[in-house]
Amino acid sequence: MAESPDTEGRQLAVEARDRVRFEEEALELADQVYRVARRLVRTKEEAEDLMQETYARAFRSWRSYTPGTNLRAWILRILTNLNIDRGRRAQRQPDTAHLEESDYFLYNRLEDATPEAVDEERVIERLSQDDIVGALSAVPHDFRDAVVLVDIGDFSYQETAQILDVPVGTVMSRLHRGRRILKRQLAETAVGGT
Amino acid sequence: MATFDPCSWCEEVLQPYLDRHLSEREQAEAQTHLDKCGYCAKRYRFEENLRQVVRQAAVEEMAPDLKQKLASLRTPLF
Repeated sequence: MAESPDTEGRQLAVEARDRVRFEEEALELADQVYRVARRLVRTKEEAEDLMQETYARAFRSWRSYTPGTNLRAWILRILTNLNIDRGRRAQRQPDTAHLEESDYFLYNRLEDATPEAVDEERVIERLSQDDIVGALSAVPHDFRDAVVLVDIGDFSYQETAQILDVPVGTVMSRLHRGRRILKRQLAETAVGGT
Repeated sequence: MATFDPCSWCEEVLQPYLDRHLSEREQAEAQTHLDKCGYCAKRYRFEENLRQVVRQAAVEEMAPDLKQKLASLRTPLF
């Protein structure tokens, strides 16, 4: 039996309301999404393009979002997939073994280079914002994705695993190694080559 | 047999310790070591500070016109 025009109209109205609600919620999260996006790519322009592609896709596929679930993670999943599709797959992942040092490495290097250092506060002052941003962008992307999502995006291991579509164990190993690579890069930028 | 070096072990568990992903027993063992080892305690505090410093340094706010562009991608109501 065909639905009466009235019922159909009501359904359309309900759908429009749900869609508007979705769009508004997604836009409210844009600042937080951008903070992650900005550190997943090298330039501001790339981040802005990626944001627009992501939001265009999110608005198109809003029906596949389950209300009440984590919308920020849902958007970030679209964003990281698009980022990977943008030619990243073609890049060969460099051998990272030589990029990694143990966890105390950075502190030891900074302390050595700071003769007057008495505490860790003074040591950390050697790191400038430029040092940090530069070091982060030098971390190979698979590792950087994990570090950025967890340490800057505040996602849990579980959420990060869902966003990147990898097992939780992989997230942990990439995160731990990514942080070590970051610290090794920081040591290099802040106090020079090894 | 290699001798057990508590500082090396402590360095190994630095990240899972700060992420609270160690077992209760390991967490307590690390804590016991940190309470009496200034060398490791200093490096743990540094790591905590570093995470804050990285987070703050990495934040870059989005340009206001991008926000408008994103809003314009919404499906028109009519």
